[in-house]
Amino acid sequence: MAVKLNVNSVEHTLEVPSNTLLSEILRDHLNLTGTHIGCDTSQCGACVVHMDGKSIKSCTVLAAQADGADVTTIEGIANGGELHPMQEAFRNNHALQCGFCTPGMIMSAIDLVQSNDKLSAQEIREGLDGNFCRCTGYHNIVKAVLEAQEQM
Amino acid sequence: MTTETGIGASVKRKEDARFITGKGRYTDDINLVNQTYLVFARSPYAHAKINGIDLEPAKATPGVVAVFTGKDLAADEIGDLPCGWMVKSKDGSDMISPSHPPIAIDKVNYVGEPYALVIADTPDAARNGAEAIEANFEVLEAVLSTADATSGPQIHENAPNNRSYDWELGDKDATDTAFDNAAHITKLDIVNNRLIPNAIETRAALGDFDSSTGNYTLYTTSQNPHVERLILAAFVNVAPEARLRVISPDVGGGFGSKIFVYAEETAVIWAAGKLGRPVKWRAERTESFLGDAHGRDHVTHAELAIDDDGKFTGLRVSTKANMGAYLSTFASSVPTYLYGTLLAGQYTTPNIYVEVQAVFTNTCSVDAYRGAGRPEATFVVERLVETAARELNMDPAELRRKNFIPPDAFPYETPVALTYDTGNYGISLDKALDLADVAGFESRRSDSESRGKKRGLGYSCYIEACGLAPSQVAISLGAGVGLFESAEIRVDVTGSVTAITGSHSHGQGHETTFAQLISDRFGIPFESVDVVHGDTGRSDYGLGTYGSRSIAVGGSALMSAADKIIAKGKKIAAHMLNSNEDNVDFADGRFTAADTNESLAFGEVAFSAYVPGNFPLEELEPGLSEKAFYDPANFTYPAGAHICEVEIDPDTGVTEIAQFVAVDDFGNVINPMIVEGQVHGGLAQGIGQALLEHGIYDADSGNLITGSYLDYAMPRADHLPDFTVDTTVTPCTHNPLGVKGCGEAGAIGSTAAVMNAVTDALGVIDMPMPATPETVWKVARGA
Amino acid sequence: MYQFKHHKSTSVDHASELHSNSDEGLYLAGGMTLIPSMKLRLTAPTDLIDLSSIEGLAGISNSYAGLRIGAMTRHCEVSASSEIPALASLASLIGDNQVRNRGTIGGSLANNDPAADYPAAVLGLGATIHTNKRDIDGDSFFLGLFETALDEGEIITAVTFPIPKRAAYAKFPNPASRYAIVGAMVSDSGSGIRVGITGAGACAFRARAFESALNKDFSVDAISAIEIDHSDFNVDIHASAEFRGHLIGAMVRQAVVQLTE
Repeated sequence: MAVKLNVNSVEHTLEVPSNTLLSEILRDHLNLTGTHIGCDTSQCGACVVHMDGKSIKSCTVLAAQADGADVTTIEGIANGGELHPMQEAFRNNHALQCGFCTPGMIMSAIDLVQSNDKLSAQEIREGLDGNFCRCTGYHNIVKAVLEAQEQM
Repeated sequence: MTTETGIGASVKRKEDARFITGKGRYTDDINLVNQTYLVFARSPYAHAKINGIDLEPAKATPGVVAVFTGKDLAADEIGDLPCGWMVKSKDGSDMISPSHPPIAIDKVNYVGEPYALVIADTPDAARNGAEAIEANFEVLEAVLSTADATSGPQIHENAPNNRSYDWELGDKDATDTAFDNAAHITKLDIVNNRLIPNAIETRAALGDFDSSTGNYTLYTTSQNPHVERLILAAFVNVAPEARLRVISPDVGGGFGSKIFVYAEETAVIWAAGKLGRPVKWRAERTESFLGDAHGRDHVTHAELAIDDDGKFTGLRVSTKANMGAYLSTFASSVPTYLYGTLLAGQYTTPNIYVEVQAVFTNTCSVDAYRGAGRPEATFVVERLVETAARELNMDPAELRRKNFIPPDAFPYETPVALTYDTGNYGISLDKALDLADVAGFESRRSDSESRGKKRGLGYSCYIEACGLAPSQVAISLGAGVGLFESAEIRVDVTGSVTAITGSHSHGQGHETTFAQLISDRFGIPFESVDVVHGDTGRSDYGLGTYGSRSIAVGGSALMSAADKIIAKGKKIAAHMLNSNEDNVDFADGRFTAADTNESLAFGEVAFSAYVPGNFPLEELEPGLSEKAFYDPANFTYPAGAHICEVEIDPDTGVTEIAQFVAVDDFGNVINPMIVEGQVHGGLAQGIGQALLEHGIYDADSGNLITGSYLDYAMPRADHLPDFTVDTTVTPCTHNPLGVKGCGEAGAIGSTAAVMNAVTDALGVIDMPMPATPETVWKVARGA
Repeated sequence: MYQFKHHKSTSVDHASELHSNSDEGLYLAGGMTLIPSMKLRLTAPTDLIDLSSIEGLAGISNSYAGLRIGAMTRHCEVSASSEIPALASLASLIGDNQVRNRGTIGGSLANNDPAADYPAAVLGLGATIHTNKRDIDGDSFFLGLFETALDEGEIITAVTFPIPKRAAYAKFPNPASRYAIVGAMVSDSGSGIRVGITGAGACAFRARAFESALNKDFSVDAISAIEIDHSDFNVDIHASAEFRGHLIGAMVRQAVVQLTE
């Protein structure tokens, strides 16, 4: 089937099998490998991207469902050479170790901050419960999001 | 020297630049032209004979390129997956290590064990093919319980009573005498729950064979690519060592589970050679649950003897350790040399005796998981000590303090074969008591009670042994590999530096920490140092990263190489400054001739090394590049005090961590930011074990009930508190950096602190772990 | 995931027609349960009939009968709504942000997972389910494990929730999956109390003993002694039937406390 989507401000029209997932389009067809796959059950959040402005798990969206959508991935949030404030805050606060959950975590965190008024640390913890991190114990991730929301 | 980027500075990480922009390069991000995809057919049974496998339907599946069974690997003389540490039983006999063909041939011994593999042009076609395989299994009775394994049906022909070994350490008679004379004995039966590692990146492998050269390249998620290469070449026989290159690119967490050599990468690299096409496999999460070596799973009876003064006089421990169906790569060492040897803890207990039976069950293999043996030892010791304090009605901090090895007693030889080089346990405990405001606990407890909640406080004063060493001792105790580390420093013509380490970073931030070391030592900009790791084609050798060894062993190796660079630099500088190398000093990035006070910058010397216009070549070789192999004299012994405070809702059984304080002594700290991060992550895993995580097999079917994130409770952000972490410093006495290692401490110390807090809140001696809501609820109502 | 034929439906009738023309067709709403299940090859539809392209199936509006929520309304939209705070709160506890950005109320109800949250709201608030064929009283919608009153091919178009005088939802989440081990929606319509329970049994049900006790005396004391027969309750590694039985009381009490404090 043909799907047309805009990824990081670039239009793509692709011919893919019906059972293709959005995550597969990004990784396998567009070589945007910053979107990661960490589970099969839509729990871990490593694959989170924005679709039409909202964070979604790209491993649980069919290519067909993304037809016509605007998709933003981790590769598309920096403004040229200038990092997104959330990326900057993650680096500043040592909010990542192995880096595998990081793209999904950052994409979730951006949506969380954009969709809410000023968040408390506890609200950030609750708001990130769709993303697993096995390295950081989340402590520095919470710090990073608190810092980023001041900049966003 | 402490500068903005030197030793002791919280330098922001170099590697983050690629990770936060999605440019990390993990194994599954790599694709090769004409690559195929491999899917395994896995056993649905815990224990079954394979009476036949019909591969024809799979071979006929569209897109399938090839289908193989264990017999095909055996026909190519692919060997068993070995266990690399020989442990001997009490009677001196060798441990029993059952045959472990990478792909099961006659029999499957746990749910998820691979028995065939399908390679196809697309992942979907490979899955279709794997589904089409028809195997005829004859189901056998399975053994699933650690406690009852020795009386279950025998799994391996050569392992009667499903026992691999029956090991002991310590003086049994002296310990028994201590118990005979004890004023008080505290006893506990402890089950240390099985954990599933769950690095967020699942394991993956991509194999490539170049028929023109006969070279194999294996990209894989390994914590120690050289060990992977050694085992695959020397024992498993997939390729000659010199023809096999193992590349471990960015790796998304390991926690021990990516140390080992598994069936999957073995099959991938073998099949790549067989087919002459690249072969790729990436574990689905379910495969990771079923097949990544699990952690812990001990059943223990432990007793502590105490005299009239509250001094510990004896410790007696008897443990059954579940190995799973096979001995994984380092499995045998975990409940022995990494467990029994740690049972002295921070205390002067003079008599210790431990016996460990390693048993087989029809479950996934159990091997090192963050802490590996040391969390289990700490849990035994610290649960006993806390319980003793309660039984004796003593302040648990005071009882510990009374029994601490005093600071002036180092080096201290324990009754369980270790010599601690240094430590000061009292100052860590004092700091933790202060940070946790233990003095104010009773008023917080009253406040909780007024809200119908229960509040508890728990301590854990742990010791760990990091940087497993020295090679000589470890090899004499059965280790199959050395325990040194390699380093190479190449100074470029322009003075920039490439540091190549045998350590491997899968989150630890070596590209930053090691660059700090080099930049600090050479007085050159941090940005000028590149750290290379994870490629057997680029570094000579290396033992990789596990057991919190990177800074203590890998960092020390780099320092040795750096010393050699400076020595060579002095020769060059002496020549250029018309001085004598003995008169040349090196400091702050400059070589200075003491006699003339003339000096050259590090970069100038580097340039000269490669533009040796007038070198006396018979005395001075051009170039500036050095290698070192560092073999430590001893383990390092990080230690610390953890204090956990919990609040429990007795109506729902929900336990909240009200605060968690960790004060650790890691010796000198190179990058405090990274060290704190390591502690945070370890704490999360230790707390996870205490409250959430539990790998559970169905007692009847042997299926892994916790085979996905829908059932295995991973710690999420809102399960955990903000942590309070701090450090004290007694520098390690036997490595050049005075460092001890920090990767596992959080996971080692925290579990006992949480369980001590939960039992304190509930007013009970003991309860099962994890302290899930239902368990807590039942205990709270006295059921 | 196996291959299938994907159809964009233009109207409810069109969707229904596509379904009846398919072999083993399934409707696709948010896909939050269906897609993972297809990925694991546990579900293998020949045709997926996508409802997201149908205009008018999503959205929240006030009607004389209460709050009407279109079947394709995402959980995040319900959680941001203000008319029934307890319903918004329930929606905010479903899955995680990403699930709430995709999952729909119609999909959740049609699937009728025993641990889903919305069924507690349907029973606890006395909702009516609208389909392309009829209106179904919420009380007679949930029939058993993943079993509803929907006929083959019938499509939920909207749900109407009467606006209660007061209502609260309390949830005890599964620590792993975040589904409800037990969830309790307690409402006071002004003319009676309803208590809808999810998570405990094969499907959601009304806890009549609690309703009658609270009808007499809306207080925690009135319900603290109620014994629940847990013999048919769900059992898993996270909660025994007995614990689920206990949690019903605990969650109803939490909801009542929210409404009385």
